[in-house]
Amino acid sequence: MNRGRRLQLVHIGLVPLMFIWIYPFIWIATAAFKSQREMLLGGLSVIPKHATLGNFSRAWSVADFGTYTVNTVIYAVGVVAVVLVISATAGYALGRGAMPGKRVVLALLIITMFVPHGYTIIPVFKLVNALGLNNSLAGAVLATAAPAHVVPILLFMGYFAGMPQELEDAARIDGAGYVRTFVQVMLPLAKPIIGTVALFNFVAAWNAFFIPLVFTLGQPSQRTLGVGMFAFFGQYTTDWTGLAAAACISLLPIIVVFLFLQRTFVEGMAGAIKI
Amino acid sequence: MTTISSRPLDSRVETPGRGGTRNPRRGRFRRHAWNYVFLIPMLLLFAGFTIWPMIASWWYSFFDWDGIGPPTEWIGAANFREILGSHAFWNAFGNSLLFSGAAIAIQMPLALFFALLLNNPRLRGRNLYRLLLFLPTVTTTAIVGIVFAIMLDPSGGFVNGLLQELKLVNQPINFLGSEHTALPTLIAIELWKDLGITLIYWLAALQTVPPDVRDAAAVDGAGRFQLLRHITLPILTPLAVVILLLTFQSSLNPFDLVQATTQGGPNFSTDVVSTYVYRYAFDPSVMAPQYGYACAAGVVFGVVTLLLTLVQAPLLRRRYLQTAR
Repeated sequence: MNRGRRLQLVHIGLVPLMFIWIYPFIWIATAAFKSQREMLLGGLSVIPKHATLGNFSRAWSVADFGTYTVNTVIYAVGVVAVVLVISATAGYALGRGAMPGKRVVLALLIITMFVPHGYTIIPVFKLVNALGLNNSLAGAVLATAAPAHVVPILLFMGYFAGMPQELEDAARIDGAGYVRTFVQVMLPLAKPIIGTVALFNFVAAWNAFFIPLVFTLGQPSQRTLGVGMFAFFGQYTTDWTGLAAAACISLLPIIVVFLFLQRTFVEGMAGAIKI
Repeated sequence: MTTISSRPLDSRVETPGRGGTRNPRRGRFRRHAWNYVFLIPMLLLFAGFTIWPMIASWWYSFFDWDGIGPPTEWIGAANFREILGSHAFWNAFGNSLLFSGAAIAIQMPLALFFALLLNNPRLRGRNLYRLLLFLPTVTTTAIVGIVFAIMLDPSGGFVNGLLQELKLVNQPINFLGSEHTALPTLIAIELWKDLGITLIYWLAALQTVPPDVRDAAAVDGAGRFQLLRHITLPILTPLAVVILLLTFQSSLNPFDLVQATTQGGPNFSTDVVSTYVYRYAFDPSVMAPQYGYACAAGVVFGVVTLLLTLVQAPLLRRRYLQTAR
């Protein structure tokens, strides 16, 4: 009894705290439907008096968030695709092959994990420029996905290494070569890893700001949602309801994705500390 | 840092080529050849986008270079001398470390507190609480940063409206517009944003505490806090070092939040190294970018953070040896 009562006290503290904790999202969701007039007059009421969709249409077409949404989807899907192809192939070679030089590659990859390289954007920028991809989403995708994604490589490597040799032998006896064994036998079995890697990189790319900002400075039509929001805020600082609608458009997809896949997400994150 | 599979990777005996007629060495070479082919995309991009930028950052930092054409004007260590003597750089540097310090000194213990609370299986709705605490971490930093800027606005923003309504303040507080409050406000927002990640780490770490050890201690009459102090925390320590390292690394770069809200202002009071570098290299309002100087600033900060990471490495090693014993 004593214990149960003490736990109820925890709820008394936690419920209001949670309300405050997620209040920014409640604010976004309600302010997006308020009229600009109602926002201007202030007042602390959460529920809009006369709900309007005007903010959404303003954000979608005038502030170009329709374009930004499409750009963000292209950018995020591009990043996921490149990361998956590179880390799955590299992970397969490292996990199943015993070729000379494997240890050197692995050691290099692991060392770079501990060397801070968030401050090497200028050479990356010059390189993307030299490839003729500046001011394009392709350049931003490359700058995001090309630096070694060590964790996905190690995940694929561990997974492929653990597959039974009989599987590979059976595929070989059936006449499948290296590539076909990989594509038709091994890869379909690696779905859990593919899912985890895809989810994490998709969320990270959707939320990315620095790289899309740097690579779209000269090309506003290529902006992603985060960069677009930054530009919108710089231009119409006082259009709060429009900004709230824009934030709604930007955050809703990723929150929905998270709510559906939260188990995968949380388990993947927790894996980070289990060395 | 993640799961390096503990399975022996090399133990598999290479089966010689299938039918006996084939030359086994040739068969093995062919299989290896494909392995190398599969490594090529990763190695190419790794060389171009990870290794080369690290080397080039150093190289560029010895030039006076505006980014147009190849760097030609070698100026030796002049960029480094200028940076080491620059008040603005050390200001940004100190602010970056403040973000990290807050993450380690406030975010880690706070997240542990919530993790201990939510780890209680008798607490109803604990998954919902965990979900809500984690929610900010999956959202776009730049966007929630701007939402905070609006909510904290001194003229008509929600927070000041509430504070005045409750008669807690007479004058609205210019949270992000005043030199005294801007940095603490941004640090608080960053804590709110990142707490969920550390919480998940702690919750995962708590799963490693064997229930029978706790039960045995409870049977022996250990109280709640004795359990925490003498059983739970000591078992958590090795993983705590890992969490410390992860938190430290992820807290070093608050670019998105700072750039989206204050851009380092007012009067550089919230400037961090990444916004500092950005300003010298990319800011569209700067007419002549200084790539060499910006690279040098990045190199200096990279070296210091590497040293700070290495300082933690022996700690990590010692903890592991301790648990292994």
